[in-house]
Amino acid sequence: MSYLVRRLARAALLLIGVSALCFLFTEMAPGSFFDEMRLNPQISPGTIASLRSHYGLDQPLPVRYGRWMKSALHGDLGYSIAYNTPVAPLLWSRAKNTLLLTITALLLTWIISVPLGVWAANRRRGLLDHAVTVTTSFLVSVPELVIAVALLAIAVRWQIFRVGGMISPDFESFPTPAKVRDILLHLALPALILVLCETAVIVRHVRASVLEVLGAPYVQSARGFGIGRARLLFRQVLPVAANPAISLLGFSLAGLLSGSLMVEVVCGWPGLGPMILEATLSRDLYLVIGGIMLSALFMVGGNLIADLALLAFDPRIRTGQEGSSAS
Amino acid sequence: MRARAKFLIGLLAALHVVLLFAGFFAPYDPTTQDRELPYAPPTRLHLRDGSGFHLRPFVYGWVNPIDVDPADSDQPESYKEDRSVAYPIHFFVIGSSYRVLGLYRTNRHFFGVDEPGKVFLFGTDGYGRDELSRILFGGQISVAAGIVATFITLLAGSFLGVIAGYYGRWIDESLMGVTELFLSLPWLYFLLGVRAFLPLHLSALHTFFLLTGVIGLIGWARPARLVRGVVLSARSRNYVLAARGFGGTNFYLLKRHILPETFGLLLTQAALLIPKYIAAEVTLSFFGLGVNEPTPSWGNMLSTLQQYSVLVSYGWLLAPAVALVVTSVLYSYLAEVFHSRLKSYST
Repeated sequence: MSYLVRRLARAALLLIGVSALCFLFTEMAPGSFFDEMRLNPQISPGTIASLRSHYGLDQPLPVRYGRWMKSALHGDLGYSIAYNTPVAPLLWSRAKNTLLLTITALLLTWIISVPLGVWAANRRRGLLDHAVTVTTSFLVSVPELVIAVALLAIAVRWQIFRVGGMISPDFESFPTPAKVRDILLHLALPALILVLCETAVIVRHVRASVLEVLGAPYVQSARGFGIGRARLLFRQVLPVAANPAISLLGFSLAGLLSGSLMVEVVCGWPGLGPMILEATLSRDLYLVIGGIMLSALFMVGGNLIADLALLAFDPRIRTGQEGSSAS
Repeated sequence: MRARAKFLIGLLAALHVVLLFAGFFAPYDPTTQDRELPYAPPTRLHLRDGSGFHLRPFVYGWVNPIDVDPADSDQPESYKEDRSVAYPIHFFVIGSSYRVLGLYRTNRHFFGVDEPGKVFLFGTDGYGRDELSRILFGGQISVAAGIVATFITLLAGSFLGVIAGYYGRWIDESLMGVTELFLSLPWLYFLLGVRAFLPLHLSALHTFFLLTGVIGLIGWARPARLVRGVVLSARSRNYVLAARGFGGTNFYLLKRHILPETFGLLLTQAALLIPKYIAAEVTLSFFGLGVNEPTPSWGNMLSTLQQYSVLVSYGWLLAPAVALVVTSVLYSYLAEVFHSRLKSYST
């Protein structure tokens, strides 16, 4: 239990650190949301000054940070200047879509890459292993943006998927099953791009960790005792190889979140990505900070889930010998 | 295996030479617009005409669809070749003036055709600018951004990593805590966030250094951790302890015994990070947060493809993506070579 408490405390500390970092950056920034207004001769400097004090931007950094912390604890995460509402509900309406996309992609990625990686490692130097190694090493080195744009070009050209947005224009008139189908059709392309980018990374890690265990002395001796290949793989090898793979879960979530930001913008998926980009361009500070905090929260949540899974799967952690395996 | 490695690394070197001398290899200035020929498809090279076969390739000019009489064209929307005048390709021709390495002004180009002929080997973009020239000049920006940002990352990362690994204790613990902070954020969110707090509209040179600085400083955590690990194990080697026993100062120990151990790691990291940071610059410029028009970069060239109609109709505008893929694949191959070298040394 102390393991979990320690992890939770660490996660909380991390989130506080991220928010402090964000505020430090805002302090160093020379520009603000009102720069564009200042160029407009119809708005007097007095109006801008009163707006600044209205949003509390004229206060010193510690005061602003304290106020933001208070608002974060109330579940508001500050106030968006461009939308004139608290940040959290704004972000939440978009975050649902991002979560739908990332979790779909995450599940698909793991469903595809674990069997593929295990199989490739088990039949090392076989045809499938070669195919997997060559394809993934190519895909890993191709930038995600290029994969996204290329797949988008293919999809638009041959009209394979519904492209752009999340729902069709006449969505409201559909019956419920058709609504679900419509969303899934729109989801297919962004999810496919993410799965393609991320699977290449995960398959390589899974393959490497299974290969490492397969080469371990105890596996060699078990093989020497005449334990069958399948039994060896499922009873002896996989439980041990699972540890690094599960630790990878949090890591893969980071990749997927970064990837989904880009994919959402390219495919027009109404998630956090386009909103953060827009907020960046209009310098809506609290919205940007809220977006970063939310992405950090997802990451921390993903890592906690991975920790829980480790606790369930790896007896070494339950008995308190975590230093031996988990990093 | 050896021969293939040499060939691919030679290819990578050649790519950099071509980008370095972009002005020479590009037939046109990257910002020169030809408003008569927007979205012109790649010029076709011909060897054969009515009078027979020619050894020297030649091209025909494109005729804008709005100048073609719709009656005598079956595809009124597309460009047509004007077969009346042929323009042979010449090498080492005189063209627009440019600076070699920013120093020496000249107007000699690798290839070109006589005016008023035009040669657009990769077609033109929406303003009628030569795509090939823009890829070469844009590549200068994008690849340089990757290299400079990597340099910044490795400098910061190895400095902090050495301090953490060598001095240990509370310095180590607090620095590693900060790396965890940096590693726990999805990098693209982080990058956008930091970019949000910096001015948007700047001169091309300012943007370039701002961009490379931001990209470089965000990524320092991973190399710092790796360097720390190497330093930590090197510090307690017997010969290092012996050298300390003989009165070697910290500076001497670091310089003579410990830093050389990190070089192989840094080299591998550089080959891994450069393509990643090129992609980061391209992504930011693609979003309109990086290098601004009219200065070309692979990212802002690709950003026109955000319009689906452009993406479908003008496939040759994907050429910067191809250039990016080639660069990335070559670099990751280099990283693999370095990595296997490193492993064979350490075992």
